[in-house]
Amino acid sequence: MKIIELKETITASNDRDAAALREELRQNHTLLINLMASPGAGKTTLLDRTIRDLKNDYRIGVIEADIDSDVDARKLEQLGVKAVQAHTNGMCHMDAGMTRTALNELGFEEPDLIFLENVGNLICPAEFDTGAGRNVMILSVPEGDDKPLKYPLMFTTSDVLLITKIDTMSVFDFDPELCAERARKLNPSIRIFLLSAKTGEGMEAWEEWLRGEADKWRG
Amino acid sequence: MHEMGIVIHLAKTLDQIAVEHHVTRLGSVTLSVGEVSGIVTDLFQDAWRYFSNKNPLLAGSELKLEVIPAITYCDNCHKTYETVKYGRTCPHCGSGETWLVQGNECIIKEIEAETAPDPSGADQEV
Repeated sequence: MKIIELKETITASNDRDAAALREELRQNHTLLINLMASPGAGKTTLLDRTIRDLKNDYRIGVIEADIDSDVDARKLEQLGVKAVQAHTNGMCHMDAGMTRTALNELGFEEPDLIFLENVGNLICPAEFDTGAGRNVMILSVPEGDDKPLKYPLMFTTSDVLLITKIDTMSVFDFDPELCAERARKLNPSIRIFLLSAKTGEGMEAWEEWLRGEADKWRG
Repeated sequence: MHEMGIVIHLAKTLDQIAVEHHVTRLGSVTLSVGEVSGIVTDLFQDAWRYFSNKNPLLAGSELKLEVIPAITYCDNCHKTYETVKYGRTCPHCGSGETWLVQGNECIIKEIEAETAPDPSGADQEV
């Protein structure tokens, strides 16, 4: 027996798969958005509204990752976009391999913009690169402004933080400035948007960012 | 659940490493795990035991976990301190302007293995 020194990260094989997938998507001019949040943060509601607003300008696809159900995929398909259900076989996150399988099922030649609705949880999805071009996280007002302190990695790996359900701000003790300060301390370049998918307030700024990114990838 | 996912990815990475290094038998795997990496070492060992028996390369090998202590650096007074004991607030000056220096890692440090002779002779013997 001999010792082989490695110093390699545990997820090295996933990191390589993710990098290869991201490059393929780039060459294909497809922006894959990895949407992460807690259960009940309103991922599907946000997607529903966003897709309605963008579907005339972009060819949109959706991957719904759930441990075991296709409720959300069916709901979004009613908007006229193609949606597939990715099953994670009981795992609490999507990895690059599972994302590739779902993309193959969806067919990623056609869409300009694909949303991957990751499994609802703020821990595991942050640890596994899916190969997405951009990582977007949702934090809804009822969850509290202390979440950056509790789930730092999620805030570190996200390009965008969407603070949602702002129509409930008066009921909950949520300080958006304090939350933003905590998030920026972990990730100085994070983009933050406050919105309510229910009332539509703030949706425009988020969608403008999204259009800008999708256009960059579309080339 | 979280630990099992990591074990599955670890196994994938090890499978690739085994091919690269012409491993014929794996004796042990040593991981360096940060104190605040979020990995619960006991659960991780359980997940390893469960999963390694299903994988021909890993079956019978030992998992060794080395903990890397978490250390935080204070931007204000430029001192470091133990993260787990004091959290985000510097015990020297009370500042909250602090950053984790180490303790979030999860690295495959080394493996102990029998290997087939490598024609290129690239393997390092330690």
